[in-house]
Amino acid sequence: MISLEEGGFAIFLVLLAFACIIVAGKTFDQVMAFHAGIGALFAAVSVFLIFKNYFDDGGEAIPAEIDGKPNYNIGPIKFGAVAAMFWGLAGFTVGLIIALQLAWPALNFDLPWTNFGRLRPLHTSAVIFAFGGNVLLATSMYVVQRTSRVRMPGKILPWFVILGYNAFIVIAGTGYLLGATQSKEYAEPEWYADLWLTIVWVFYLLLFLGTLWKRKEPHIYVANWFYLAFIVTIAMLHITNNLTIPVSIYSTKSYIVWSGVQDAMVQWWYGHNAVGFFLTAGFLAIMYYFIPKRAERPVYSYRLSIVHFWALIFIYIWAGPHHLHYTALPQWASTLGATFSIILWMPSWGGMINGLMTLSGAWDKLRTDPVLRMMVVSVAFYGMSTFEGPLMSLRSVNSLSHYTDWTIGHVHSGALGWVGYISFGAIYCLIPWLWNKRQLYSLKLVNLHFWLSTIGIVLYITAMWVSGIMQGLMWRAYDQLGFLEYSFVETVEAMHPFYIIRALGGGLFLLGAVIMAYNLWMTVRHGEAEEADATPAGSLAPAE
Amino acid sequence: MADTHNKEVDQISGVETTGHEWDGLKELNNPLPKWWLYLFYACIVWAVIYWVLYPSWPLISSYTTGILGANQRTEAIASYDKGISERSVFADKIVAASLEDIATDQELLQFARANGQAAFGDNCAPCHGSGGTGAEGFPNLQDDTWIWGGTLDDIHTTLEYGIRSGNDDARIGEMPAFGRDELLSREEINQVANFVASRAGLETEQGVDLAAGQTVFEDNCAACHGEDLKGIQEVGAPSLLSANYLYGKSLDAIKSQINNPRNGVMPAWVDRLDPATIKSLTVYVHSFGGGQ
Repeated sequence: MISLEEGGFAIFLVLLAFACIIVAGKTFDQVMAFHAGIGALFAAVSVFLIFKNYFDDGGEAIPAEIDGKPNYNIGPIKFGAVAAMFWGLAGFTVGLIIALQLAWPALNFDLPWTNFGRLRPLHTSAVIFAFGGNVLLATSMYVVQRTSRVRMPGKILPWFVILGYNAFIVIAGTGYLLGATQSKEYAEPEWYADLWLTIVWVFYLLLFLGTLWKRKEPHIYVANWFYLAFIVTIAMLHITNNLTIPVSIYSTKSYIVWSGVQDAMVQWWYGHNAVGFFLTAGFLAIMYYFIPKRAERPVYSYRLSIVHFWALIFIYIWAGPHHLHYTALPQWASTLGATFSIILWMPSWGGMINGLMTLSGAWDKLRTDPVLRMMVVSVAFYGMSTFEGPLMSLRSVNSLSHYTDWTIGHVHSGALGWVGYISFGAIYCLIPWLWNKRQLYSLKLVNLHFWLSTIGIVLYITAMWVSGIMQGLMWRAYDQLGFLEYSFVETVEAMHPFYIIRALGGGLFLLGAVIMAYNLWMTVRHGEAEEADATPAGSLAPAE
Repeated sequence: MADTHNKEVDQISGVETTGHEWDGLKELNNPLPKWWLYLFYACIVWAVIYWVLYPSWPLISSYTTGILGANQRTEAIASYDKGISERSVFADKIVAASLEDIATDQELLQFARANGQAAFGDNCAPCHGSGGTGAEGFPNLQDDTWIWGGTLDDIHTTLEYGIRSGNDDARIGEMPAFGRDELLSREEINQVANFVASRAGLETEQGVDLAAGQTVFEDNCAACHGEDLKGIQEVGAPSLLSANYLYGKSLDAIKSQINNPRNGVMPAWVDRLDPATIKSLTVYVHSFGGGQ
């Protein structure tokens, strides 16, 4: 007998396919026709897979436990890990392309599809939502199952979440290239993509909560608090910032319900907390599982983890207005945002302390384990950028830094250093665990990856610091008679060498990721299989 | 909070665990680091002081204004007014003086050049280049070739009202589309283009009747560009003798300009820049080397 879950998803997807076909048939909007076509195709293939799976296994339920050990569901996690690597390489490549375009504008090729304006959101979305998002989905499914000692619920549900999320990525990314955008930074996808993501996200929340609900451990592990905060808050942010009214259901175009400075404030409340809850809380969850696991040491302080968790999530949500200093935003709002950003400094550092101090007693491992070294350096970058952030939120500092490359440098010390490295570390751990391999194909290649990308990051952020501070100082330079010393174009000319250095740094980072992909591929293809009776970190043995 | 019976002491650090374990992961029961806690408190105290001093918290229909009475809007206006009043000492003199006086008075000239340079960089450089060297379609301001005149007064008028800008006083002069509007045949355009090129000292095509081209020129072009091809600045018809052509000096470019001409636009600045700045720009541009 087909289960309620299988039947429900099949009916939903059939209806979705029909809706997409109707929209594709009636629309005059070519991008909408293309996206509705993709939607119909994805939905139809999914329905086929559901039925194929049903007839293959005769509708038998998958056992939650085998021989008293949890039968963890790792298929969707494998998919997420591979997707993360794929989108990561794509996103880093597009980043390098736009860095080169800034240094040599001829590389725009005068084509709409390769123009900086379309490729820039493609880069940011690919690295944040496609790469980072898949890392978060994959690790969260892994961590919540293992620390709850239970298989996650559902047969179709986990696959719906991971495949549905990646379908969103495809729709969003192709939309940017074809010119469909609602022009909100980090929230560029148009209304139908947003709606689809909302559906996927609600199922993700249900999947996560369902696993926690069934857990065999009396307490919820700290990593899962962070994952849950990330999932719940991103849902709230995503919905509020994307309240748009479509021109028609046959059109890609929509209009946001917010207007003027309110729209700006909602946008940066979203934007800042996307950093706070997607790129910070989510990746702190990764840190709280993978660093103690890899170091084989207990987490430094339970109390610190509780205090900094609640402080972080309650304070982060206030800090958005510091993106709008010296704008139409009222002064009181910008002051309030800046002060909360200062208060946020220590709650952010709580995670850094807990990550670094967990290494106490295991520091020697940094010499022999480049994966652990990568994750520890990641925490150091986290500490650096969460110190720099509050500093830049002060109005006096912001008046120099805002609209300059300093911001770009700040973002990338967090993005490449913190998010990138903790993700690389987690993926380096996960791949051998998921494919039941004894170890990675080559730790030497991990070491090479580490050094190439570290040099790349240092080149990148120092180039942007110099270029940004120089630009800010040039903008505010006056001559003796009270006239501006430099025109805008002169500042652009002065930044050119640093743009080349930045592209070089990005190139090294990409090269490191290519080496990583090769290393992982060789691990899966040729790695030595884990012995069945051994019970190291990644085995299927339950916790005591 | 922790199940006491599971508590154990971590051998390396000598610290007790909380007694929980997940997938082999444990937690130590370390207290909050003191320096961390006190810095956290210090940041909160700092924020509270800031809230007392500056506008910060929203109320129902207004907000707390802070005891310093700080207001970024009035601060910005005051700083703007201060800058304007400091400059006005010279700016007023610039407005009162004639362009010739500015160009000869050392003090005024220095001010005008500084003002002009700043204004040029942000307003003119995007088209004319940061040194005024121009680009195809955008005149070079350093050379001796002037379409609408290179005296101080000519430059000032061009700056104020622009060229084909839509302003009522704009400089207007439009070259007819001889080919597109079928005023000349393809053959005639070929002839006159070669004639013009030959007079500018450019290469011409073999076997084209230059004498016929001259006849076409005299019948159609001379009214604006002059019998002698020296151009007439009053109507914005450039000299065709020096090969300094705005839209390119290849034969193809010349034919294209006769067939379906580009008539570029320069904006009127009278509504965007103050009189002292426009005068300063005039003197600044005039001093590039091409001024007459």
